[in-house]
Amino acid sequence: MMSDLNAQAIKKYGNSFLKEVEANVEEGEWVKMCMQCGVCSGSCPFGPHWAHPPQEIFMMIRAGKREEVLTSDSMWMCTSCYNCIVRCPRKLPITHIMHGLANYAHRLGLAPKNQPTRVFAKMFWDNIVKTGRVNELKLSLGLYFKDGLGPGIKTALAMKDIGLGMLKAKRLNPLELVKGHGCKDTKGIHAMLKKAREIEDRRKGFAA
Amino acid sequence: MAKKQYAFYPGCSSQKGASASNYLTSVQSMCKVLDIELTEIPDWNCCGASIGYAEGGELPRHVMNARNLALAEKALPGQQVVATCAACWLSARETKERLAHNSTLFNDANEALKEAGLQYQGKVEVRHMVEVLVEDFGYEELKKPVVKPLEGMKFAGYVGCQTNRPFGIHGESFENPVYLDHLVEAMGGEAVPYDQKVTCCGGALAFSEPEKSQKQIKDIVESAYDHGAEFIVTPCPLCQANVEIYQGEVNKRYGTKFNMPVLYYSQLMTLAYGGSAKEAGLDGQVIRAPKLEAFAAKK
Ligand code: SF4
Ligand code: SF4
Repeated sequence: MMSDLNAQAIKKYGNSFLKEVEANVEEGEWVKMCMQCGVCSGSCPFGPHWAHPPQEIFMMIRAGKREEVLTSDSMWMCTSCYNCIVRCPRKLPITHIMHGLANYAHRLGLAPKNQPTRVFAKMFWDNIVKTGRVNELKLSLGLYFKDGLGPGIKTALAMKDIGLGMLKAKRLNPLELVKGHGCKDTKGIHAMLKKAREIEDRRKGFAA
Repeated sequence: MAKKQYAFYPGCSSQKGASASNYLTSVQSMCKVLDIELTEIPDWNCCGASIGYAEGGELPRHVMNARNLALAEKALPGQQVVATCAACWLSARETKERLAHNSTLFNDANEALKEAGLQYQGKVEVRHMVEVLVEDFGYEELKKPVVKPLEGMKFAGYVGCQTNRPFGIHGESFENPVYLDHLVEAMGGEAVPYDQKVTCCGGALAFSEPEKSQKQIKDIVESAYDHGAEFIVTPCPLCQANVEIYQGEVNKRYGTKFNMPVLYYSQLMTLAYGGSAKEAGLDGQVIRAPKLEAFAAKK
């Protein structure tokens, strides 16, 4: 189904990736405003780890490098620090575009499968929509055990000092495993999110 | 002073047994002294934090925040929403501004909210607790209840990202915000100048990509040490947690010997206002602050 969405998008936008981004990516209509000054890339805290820092991503979008952009793990490294946003001379909402690109690539099934932040982000959202609030314990355990039991036990052991410290300071509650925090109206929240997803799918061409 | 009332959005990390539960303890103590009444928004939900976009997308994420704002408008009409968490504040405020400037998004959000029997009107204001302190009180007013100034103690004010950008506290620069330094000074402490005040702590990537984010944390703590600080103080629960709990890992990775307590502004204020270690939530530090515990015990 994911690849269907991808095929559908390719068919619809042909070789105009910029148009596709403008129509489907959060704040994507701003991309054409970039004047390639490089301030965003220079401001990015994880800059050295990005294969394609923001400025380059914008250039690639305009050059129609669809596959390369959407399969890149670069935008997944955005820490949402908003440094680029406040410095960009053209006031591009760069952070949001990075988020939007990551989300779009994820929805199309093109985002790198094992990119750790993608994996964590998905777990995070699934965690919060369940009860309406974060269950920090389940979230960290889920993250440690994402690659299976063996590596999970290894990570959990490596992180045990942190866990014990938090436990001692009463900032980690083992009871969260059985009875976590949550909203009363989870039913309403689920209905509301389902509706929101439907509307977004319709607007962004995700609807089948 | 008239009692000030706000609709309170504590956020997930401040709940009992969660990673910033000591933040909440100290905020409550501080508010008692300042005669601030915080009424929790009934049945508030998670803001989606800075990572929620990846699976949640645009509208579902805004709808989560709009739900909180709608609940506040309904249950606590006329009160501004106050968040203590940087991410909660940023997310709620971002939603408010995006919906205000985009009528499609506004209508879509309301169509979804109807499923939960709610309606968002776009009336309520969204503030961070430090905004309230600085703007609604002011440093002189905040100084008045100080009974035990934090004399001779040196703090590195770590502002971080999300209380600073993209909105920030009114009138502050993004590169060198000074409100936290002024708060420290108002409490009688010394704010050391250092160069990592607004460095990103790695955010959610501290969990997912630790090798990369621990370099950020190392730079922050190292600079605080280099400039003579004894403590780091911050307004953000994620900054607090990342910079405090990973110091041990940073030590392993870089061979450093970091052991610097990381506190909340509200903990310092509680102590300067004469509160006990417990009221200031000092027992919630993973890296304990014995000097402050002794200070709190002093009559
Ligand atoms: S700072 Fe703005 S204008 Fe400059 S390269 Fe980045 S996005 Fe483009
Ligand atoms: S918000 Fe993201 S893209 Fe912008 S500087 Fe920070 S990490 Fe880089």
